[in-house]
Amino acid sequence: MSQTGKQGVAGGLYNRIAQPYLGLLRHRGSALRQEELDASHGTILYLEDITVSFDGFRALDALTLYVDVGELRCIIGPNGAGKTTMMDVITGKTRPDAGSAWFGQNIDLLALDEPRIAQAGIGRKFQRPTVFENHSVFENLELSMAGDKSPWKLLTAKLSGEQRDEIGHTLELVGLLERSSARAGSLSHGQKQWLEIGMLLMQRPRLLLVDEPVAGMTPQETERTAELLLSLAGERSVVVVEHDMDFVRSIARIVTVLHEGRVLAEGTIDQVQADPKVVEVYLGE
Amino acid sequence: MNLVQTRAAIPGRLLFGGDVGHRVFYGVLLALAVLVPLLNLAVPEGSALHLSTYTVTLMGKYLSYALLAIAVDLVWGYCGILSLGHTAFFALGGYAMGMYLMRQIGARGVYADPLLPDFMVFLNWKELPWYWHGFNHFALAMPLVVLAPGLLALVFGWFAFRSRVTGVYLSIITQALTYALLLAFFRNEMGFGGNNGLTDFKELLGFDLHHDATRVGLFLATVAALALGYAACRTITASRFGRVVLAIRDAESRTRFIGYRVESYKLWLFVFSAVLAGVAGALYVPQVGIINPSEFAPINSIEVVIWVAVGGRNTLYGAALGAVLVNFAKTWFTAAMPEVWLYALGLLFIVVTVFLPQGIVGFLRQRLGAAS
Amino acid sequence: MKPCVGRIANAGRMAGSPVLKIMLLLLLSLSCFFNAHADAGAASDSDTVLPTDYPGLLAALPQADFSTRQQIVARLVELKPPHGRELLAAWLDNKLQSRQSDGKLFLVETQDDVLSLTDPLTLQAAGTGKSEDFEQVRNNNALRKTLKVAIAEYDLADPAPRVRIAAVKQMRRDLDEDTVAALRQHLIVEKDRGVQHQVEVALALGDLSDADAAKRLAAVKALEGETAPDVYNALLPLARDTSADPDTAVRTAALAAVQHIETWRGFYEALETLFFGLSLGSVLVLASIGLAITFGVMGVINMAHGELMMLGAYTAYVMQLLLPHNTGAAVLLAIPAAFAVSGLAGIAIERSVVRFLYGRPLETLLATFGVSLVLQQLVRSVFSPLNRSVASPSWMSGLWQINDLFSLTCNRVYILGFSLLVFALLRLVLNRTSLGLKVRAVAQNRGMAKAMGVRTERIDALTFGLGSGIAGVAGVALSQLTNVGPNLGQSYIIDTFMVVVFGGVGSLWGTLISGMGLGVVNKLLEPYAGAVMAKILVLLFLILFIQRKPRGLFPQKGRAAEGM
Repeated sequence: MSQTGKQGVAGGLYNRIAQPYLGLLRHRGSALRQEELDASHGTILYLEDITVSFDGFRALDALTLYVDVGELRCIIGPNGAGKTTMMDVITGKTRPDAGSAWFGQNIDLLALDEPRIAQAGIGRKFQRPTVFENHSVFENLELSMAGDKSPWKLLTAKLSGEQRDEIGHTLELVGLLERSSARAGSLSHGQKQWLEIGMLLMQRPRLLLVDEPVAGMTPQETERTAELLLSLAGERSVVVVEHDMDFVRSIARIVTVLHEGRVLAEGTIDQVQADPKVVEVYLGE
Repeated sequence: MNLVQTRAAIPGRLLFGGDVGHRVFYGVLLALAVLVPLLNLAVPEGSALHLSTYTVTLMGKYLSYALLAIAVDLVWGYCGILSLGHTAFFALGGYAMGMYLMRQIGARGVYADPLLPDFMVFLNWKELPWYWHGFNHFALAMPLVVLAPGLLALVFGWFAFRSRVTGVYLSIITQALTYALLLAFFRNEMGFGGNNGLTDFKELLGFDLHHDATRVGLFLATVAALALGYAACRTITASRFGRVVLAIRDAESRTRFIGYRVESYKLWLFVFSAVLAGVAGALYVPQVGIINPSEFAPINSIEVVIWVAVGGRNTLYGAALGAVLVNFAKTWFTAAMPEVWLYALGLLFIVVTVFLPQGIVGFLRQRLGAAS
Repeated sequence: MKPCVGRIANAGRMAGSPVLKIMLLLLLSLSCFFNAHADAGAASDSDTVLPTDYPGLLAALPQADFSTRQQIVARLVELKPPHGRELLAAWLDNKLQSRQSDGKLFLVETQDDVLSLTDPLTLQAAGTGKSEDFEQVRNNNALRKTLKVAIAEYDLADPAPRVRIAAVKQMRRDLDEDTVAALRQHLIVEKDRGVQHQVEVALALGDLSDADAAKRLAAVKALEGETAPDVYNALLPLARDTSADPDTAVRTAALAAVQHIETWRGFYEALETLFFGLSLGSVLVLASIGLAITFGVMGVINMAHGELMMLGAYTAYVMQLLLPHNTGAAVLLAIPAAFAVSGLAGIAIERSVVRFLYGRPLETLLATFGVSLVLQQLVRSVFSPLNRSVASPSWMSGLWQINDLFSLTCNRVYILGFSLLVFALLRLVLNRTSLGLKVRAVAQNRGMAKAMGVRTERIDALTFGLGSGIAGVAGVALSQLTNVGPNLGQSYIIDTFMVVVFGGVGSLWGTLISGMGLGVVNKLLEPYAGAVMAKILVLLFLILFIQRKPRGLFPQKGRAAEGM
């Protein structure tokens, strides 16, 4: 990791200093920035020795986790295991007390804030579906579109034909084509979840973080969501935090179990469920 | 709240949500621009149709308040930033205009000093402070109308939005900001006339301020500024920038996580709103003939917010309507029964926030929505 | 002199209108003044005719001119008759009057034009009289000074050392041969070490003007370590002015003594600034602590908080109207009354307005601002827009003299103590009572509290009432410092919100520390920047601070804090 680390420092500097100016020169900034992401070693996310404490309570305790390019990873763990805190660290909401977090080999996540991280290609879905309730479904996707997001550009921005097509395509993918002009606030719970996933897709992320996507969904909706997530992996990496073990079983290839801010076990769902440590943690709970 | 909007969304839009409300607004402004000069200047004074210059000035004052209200609605109604310090920007614009008007007095002041305004002679000052230089030129003074509030908003907003001060906390520090300015402008040492402020203006661009035609001219300038400011706000809110701003109001962290630099959006919106408020202040001062530190009083800023709330936030024209209605009521009450005014204003605050959160426009939309 | 007094009395009877009366009095007293000076020369010839016994002196007093009165006082001090002190004290207080019919003297207490009389010879009550039948035995500045010294000489014989010390201090303000002699005499009999010391200081002060340089030097040495202002004033010319004393050794010693005093003065001035700061801070804490409840615990932006304080202050005013003769009881009773009035007003506000607006802090801000306007206008209608003053009880006024250089104003000390008491009680209520437990439970997790059977609506109303009641109590304290008026509350609203936010919303300790801290910082800045600039600087500091740390000094964790 020391080698990638050095590259990373240079990459971090580049991100902080050069990239904004390059972004000004090339209008399709964030799309280009994604191409600049270097994940040539096959790993898209490196979390190493991440520690976060709140008032002496260690939410994350030297957590180390790697996610591969194109992988669909499920993360499970009892309440308070640090799943949401981990997502907060990756997306820039929480700064860790110690450790390092890299996106590919070249982007130091700890040096960036939330919008930069989002523009670099990490999308996040919240536990509670969060969409823009007073905008139409179409507008929600329009706002999430990858591209230059500077205030001055957007004063005069117009949608191109290509962009309309892309929105239409995403609407179709998340099954909301007929509801395109409806107010997002009027959607059902499940539809909001899908709309939010659609919004993430519009960002053209390389890594998707999805927090409890099927909470409160009907079985049919859950099934559709599983299909959707499976279809997304491969082209992108997807990390899913979920409690619903059946759902995890239906989509996961590798499962990571978090406990008290650390990785307790990692492997296929069967391996993990057979692990005595995991059994103890879950039964103990 | 959301229920109201969904219910009203479809039929209400035909009348108020769509372009009709806006067209009515432009229409009223146009009618005022044509009728007021006619009724004041062309109709002879004895006639029942004659509009007194006093009324023209009063209407001009209301319209400058309407511009201020639109500025507040832009940040509050659209972005959720409840600024309780917007009269600070209004007053700064007013002071910039006041300083120009003060220099125009020249040697006609009580002390007949060709260079120093009266209050400086009174304070025994020998020289014009450096920041008063250049204010004798209209072309140099007017940029300050925009720059002074704009820069204050830029610096304040840059600190506030970058460190993510939101909601109530932001309201409280905007209030503290205007309070600090109030205290500062009260000091004679600041060189802005202290307690008494700036007054006794004589002329603007060579036109006598006490002349009827000048008054009508100022009224027309206010109408024009209101129309332009309104159009600018419309353009902003209808653009994708405007949709991002609404998104920030409704789900700030979601906006951030899809890659928007929320603080930049808030900052530029806030600065633009402050500039509008400054322009409104600059139009207000020559019409009322005085600017003093009490314009900074935090209570004024809160009153502006209630104008917006009464008219209906998040509509722009509702804010203008609220400003005119409340101020008309204020003029009427303070003349007819002054002791009742604060009761009325206080109850207005309570009734509107508790029962009419969408204001008059929202109420009408709901009514029309229910009727059809 | 007698004709002059008679003239005043006649003029008083003749003149109908009060204004005319006052003008006549002024004119006549002026003429008396000049007469007194004219008489002074003549009277000095006739001092031999003064009687030598106490009753005789008393009889001579009403007719005597001012210089003769001086001699009468001197004679009284020599004689030291029993009850002579009471006579002198009454005279000094303008409570010595002579009956016009027979010129007999009485010590009087006036109430509603009726005088209760006391015989100065026996101190027995001597019935009552009408004020128009009596004439005050007047005194002037010189006479007042003489009277004070005379009383002090009486007090030297007092059994309480405290009284004797005060007497010595009084006497040394005006040292002359007689007083020095009296003090020297007293030193022989004095047993108390403290009193002895004060007498020695007085004698040393007297020696400073001695012709003998060695004696002066010894006097300066004896005064070393003393910090009293009169010692300082006596030493300062010796130290500063080279011509004041021909002897170098005396000058050097005086300079050292003066510098010593100045060091202590600096120290006590700093201490005084700290006290003023804490005093301002205690007012801020009192005003903010109720807000810390409504804003911090409930998340309600109560803009009417200042007006609830105003209601409390008006309660103190009304209480004083009800108990005009007992200001002490009025103030003490006003505290629970104000708590009840403002608390009930708070509950009414909560039930009628605020409860519709939970979870929408910005709306509570606007609605309660409306409430504040209504309340302001209400007191304007009921009590008039003019400011009213609430008198302080005697035990709250005056100075608390800690030593020669340091004294504290009593009302500020009381209010400082009171604010700490209120703080402690509030913490006790929140931490030790079942109401407090429920309040905290609702603040932390409303849904869970409700599920556990807490009647959250009732708790909301009570919490709001508690915060409002404390605002009322704060208003009583404010009524002791400033005038009571409809705008009383408005001037505090920004300060109080800043205190609560700076301290950390939801943290009572934070409110205490931030209120005290801001008070002290404000007072520390004042000498350099002036009062207004100090305030502006503090406000700017707070604006910047809140932007750095929006959660304040002592941030609260948890969902309640996140919501805003």
